[in-house]
Amino acid sequence: MTNNFVFKTDLAAKKIHVTREFNAPIEKVWRAWTEPALLEKWVVLKHWSAITQIMDFTVGGVWLYAMVSPDGQKHWVWAQFTAIDNGSLISSMGAFCDGEGNPLLDGPKSYRDTRFSVIEGNKTQVDMTITFEEESTLQMFVEGGFKEGISMTLTLLDELLASE
Amino acid sequence: MRRDIFQAIADPTRRAILGLLALGPMTPNAVAEHFDSARQTISKHIQILTECEVLTQKKTGREIYYHFNPEKMKEVDVWLERFRKMWEERFEQLDDLLNDL
Repeated sequence: MTNNFVFKTDLAAKKIHVTREFNAPIEKVWRAWTEPALLEKWVVLKHWSAITQIMDFTVGGVWLYAMVSPDGQKHWVWAQFTAIDNGSLISSMGAFCDGEGNPLLDGPKSYRDTRFSVIEGNKTQVDMTITFEEESTLQMFVEGGFKEGISMTLTLLDELLASE
Repeated sequence: MRRDIFQAIADPTRRAILGLLALGPMTPNAVAEHFDSARQTISKHIQILTECEVLTQKKTGREIYYHFNPEKMKEVDVWLERFRKMWEERFEQLDDLLNDL
């Protein structure tokens, strides 16, 4: 099955677009995107675990979770919902956190719009746009929060290649 | 202060300078002629780009020419590729989850 994964970057506009199709009805995809117990199963990669600290899925509400590395280190991820259209749109603002999970609200932020639409009757298309507030945020993402994501992705990739 | 490629591309004027020098080496004066900004501002940008190693200097006669270093730009590609991979892996996990829901 093809899933039409598209990852497009527009650095000049400080935007990254990600599109993907899922072979599941929109209700299920929406649940997987909004219920903490389900989110924990897919937002962190193999060998890592996610612990949800706060999940207030309302406009103005906060989602705070820790990505826990195999050696027990916590990396906090903070986002605040800025718009919700049930079953079709989630907008949020993300900020980096200190070691205790407090958001660094004076620091750089990123914004994410995620749209859900029905395709072919029983499948779902997800379109996501990530916008970096300042141009330096891109650099922050590299040096800060995403290093872990990168290293864990690479570990996973190594394993994947080894098993093939 | 640490300089890297992300700092180089973090500014629109610097991106424009890179775009210009990608077409061929130029002297700082020739670069400055393409911009309305003060010459000093442009030299500062060129200095940062050089510290980020995305530009290299070569002396030809009495003039210093700045050359674009495409190898350095590849670092951005590498990072974006990893970011892409991260989302791809997440979505594969989501596929599995949706199958079980």
